[in-house]
Amino acid sequence: MTTTTTSTIQHISTGRRVKDKLVQGLVYLAFGLAVVPLVSVLWLVIQNGLARFDMEFLTHSMRNIGARDAGGGAYHAIVGTLEQVLLASAISVPIGLLTAIYLVEYGNGGRLSRAISFFVDVMTGIPSVVAGLFILAFWILVLGMPFSGWAGAMAVSILMMPTVVRSAEEMLRLVPTDLREASYALGVAKWRTIVKVVLPTALTGIITGVMLAVARVAGETAPVLLTVFFTDSINFDPFSGPQMSLPLYVFDQAGRPNDTAIDRAWTGALTLILIVMLLNLVARLIAWWRSPARGR
Amino acid sequence: MSKQIQVSGLDAYYGAHKAIEDVSMTIEPRSITAFIGPSGCGKSTFLRTLNRMHEVIPGARVEGKVLLDGEDLYGSTVAPVSVRRMIGMVFQRPNPFPTMSIYENVAAGLRLNGRVAKSQLDGIVEESLKGANLWNEVKDRLGKPGAGLSGGQQQRLCIARAIAVKPQVLLMDEPCSALDPISTLAIEDLMAKLKDEFTIVIVTHNMQQAARVSDRTAFFNLAAQGKPGKVVEMDETSRMFTNPTEKATEDYITGRFG
Amino acid sequence: MTTNLRTRDGGPATSRPASRRSHGEGPFRYASTGAGIILLAIMAAIAVFLISEAIPALQANKGHFLTELTWDPNGSQVFGIGALAFGTVLSSAIALVIATPIAVGVALFISHYAPRRLAGPLGYLVDLLAAVPSVVYGLWGVAFLVPLLITPSKWLNENLGWFPLFAGEGAIGGKTMLAGGIVLAIMILPIIAAISREVFLQAPKMNEEAALALGATRWEMIRMAVLPFGRPGVISAAMLGLGRAMGETIAVALIFPATFGISIQILTPNGNSIAANIANGFGEATPIGRGALIASGLVLFVITLLVNIAARMVINRRKEYARAAA
Repeated sequence: MTTTTTSTIQHISTGRRVKDKLVQGLVYLAFGLAVVPLVSVLWLVIQNGLARFDMEFLTHSMRNIGARDAGGGAYHAIVGTLEQVLLASAISVPIGLLTAIYLVEYGNGGRLSRAISFFVDVMTGIPSVVAGLFILAFWILVLGMPFSGWAGAMAVSILMMPTVVRSAEEMLRLVPTDLREASYALGVAKWRTIVKVVLPTALTGIITGVMLAVARVAGETAPVLLTVFFTDSINFDPFSGPQMSLPLYVFDQAGRPNDTAIDRAWTGALTLILIVMLLNLVARLIAWWRSPARGR
Repeated sequence: MSKQIQVSGLDAYYGAHKAIEDVSMTIEPRSITAFIGPSGCGKSTFLRTLNRMHEVIPGARVEGKVLLDGEDLYGSTVAPVSVRRMIGMVFQRPNPFPTMSIYENVAAGLRLNGRVAKSQLDGIVEESLKGANLWNEVKDRLGKPGAGLSGGQQQRLCIARAIAVKPQVLLMDEPCSALDPISTLAIEDLMAKLKDEFTIVIVTHNMQQAARVSDRTAFFNLAAQGKPGKVVEMDETSRMFTNPTEKATEDYITGRFG
Repeated sequence: MTTNLRTRDGGPATSRPASRRSHGEGPFRYASTGAGIILLAIMAAIAVFLISEAIPALQANKGHFLTELTWDPNGSQVFGIGALAFGTVLSSAIALVIATPIAVGVALFISHYAPRRLAGPLGYLVDLLAAVPSVVYGLWGVAFLVPLLITPSKWLNENLGWFPLFAGEGAIGGKTMLAGGIVLAIMILPIIAAISREVFLQAPKMNEEAALALGATRWEMIRMAVLPFGRPGVISAAMLGLGRAMGETIAVALIFPATFGISIQILTPNGNSIAANIANGFGEATPIGRGALIASGLVLFVITLLVNIAARMVINRRKEYARAAA
């Protein structure tokens, strides 16, 4: 060595140390910056939403209530959202689950399964508004059907399907091959093995995935806007006549220039976030409860 | 540029688990010191405490002293980064950076310490690759990815990368366990050559290897299953393999356990 | 996440016992194959029906659809995608420029900086950002972010007004491209962060140790062993985020003032996007107007499809690379 120092261990240059600390600071800052909007959104929604978060809001519709009137509620929208999401699950869960079964159990990595797998990935990227436009074009304009909760459910189910497929597929692949082979060795047919052995093993994981998918689409506005239309009245029948939905209600009220309407929008947002977060939390709890050893 | 290491009363922990206990030894410069012992006896853990790589694992910590020519590596003013700069390491599995070329792999450590002139860098890269007995095999493809080399070549590339920064000490953690016999021989030849310049410490499972290459040998063992590892005996390699003091050492060397 | 590595083999499909072929096998097999085909059919149907409903409106168009800036399909029947496409691209670009560095920082924080025990819960906190519905972000943007941005916007305009993006006169701040871009950035941050985090965690530990053993600081180790490995993953994550930003509707529909024109002054009350225009224009659209909106949706569909396919191809290439390096 040409350099001679008094100490055996040479210290690293200040520049390198500073750069290391600087990057560390930036990384912490980035995380802080990411959390600020979350806190801000939740804080504002709770602060502004609590004012009208009362029994009237939860049990009344907007029928005969003008934008400037106080009072009114989102009961019709809550009913609409629940019905639409249930119907959307009824469409997308069977199709999604069967597709996942095809990909895992029957596909064998063939051309069809690769194509399906690729387009499921691509489908996750379809803008929600395009899904709405599709049902608008297909169901309402071409087939001449009316706006309805059912039309909204179809639009939303398109957004749900890829999420259900992916999460179910992941869970099915986690089922050990030994389990399947043990069943085959007993002479049980493949389809019975899937129904009796594979699906029950993967069930909680699949339920978690479906609930997360539901939580995601329950907040979708754009597809519902184009297919369900608006109403201020309670309509329990998702198959006839316009319905309302909670995100649509928020969008509608937020677009009106009155404080009473804006208040209702915030309370609607609070209700919506409560529903979505609750679904999320329950889903994660189920996942956590079933596999306590997992996690980083 | 080769220094002595003195260890006294060293304990190493993973969380609450004590992996090694009360290790004291002196590692002489310009020599090869081998650590042998059964699996899980803490010899790799101890090796990693010598350049403060042990503490990279979350929850891992060390008590005791490691002196490099009298200066404590665990002193409060000493940064682990500076320690590792002085004490290089070669790992069990060859681990060249997959996204870098052969040249860049060797130059990687040098570039950390600020800008180096291209001509000077070229010189050190060539010197290091020659030092690792790899130059003739790769001089025509320095720009190609290091991952394209054979396992033995990759390991020598890693040695070149480690010696390029001119460390005082070179730690080798079972450097040949993933290699074929011919590559192993090449690495052993290389070690014999490198000990003129560096203090070398090698962990090995292979008793013949320890006997062939090392000047001094330390035998590590567990007092019992679940107890921390300890140094049972340390001596000149020739004496250790012909006339060990401890019964356990003899049993291990003659293959009665381990 | 939906992007983790999957094994290519489809399980023990051929190891069926030959002796006993129970009835019921056929229908079940066909049902699952059929479900997969339905998914492909839906993708095709989206394209077919959007095209068929767009054609009458495009035929009635008195302007040039691709270059015209105005959007008046209901009255004069002159409409074009120009201004809307520009707004979509500009707002998404702003979102991407803001979100990508922060998301990479968040991903590094979770994968390499945060204390082990906290990494999981803190990562979940960032994932929660994705759970907030779009319409809530819109409401938050209008009520909170837009007023908040007025002062900094004025400052930027006064001090850095020579820079074209920050130029502009008159009303500065308010419902601007910048406000929309920031809200979009918040919305796409979780997906970019989540995918980046996964690829950073997959970076080979042995290379990280090699870097540390050379005397690298934590940042130098990340630069040598983590970032080069994760780069393709981050790129595809950013592209997926871009696709999301372009298709995002309701939040920007509430924020953008729905102007029709091309302006890169992101601090003036300007802005629109294809998706926002669909949400805002749908209520009052005539049949031709609806067709025109569907035509614009078709353009959005094609653009996002291309971005997504490109992103998926980068990810798939990376998988092979990761296998080769392992």
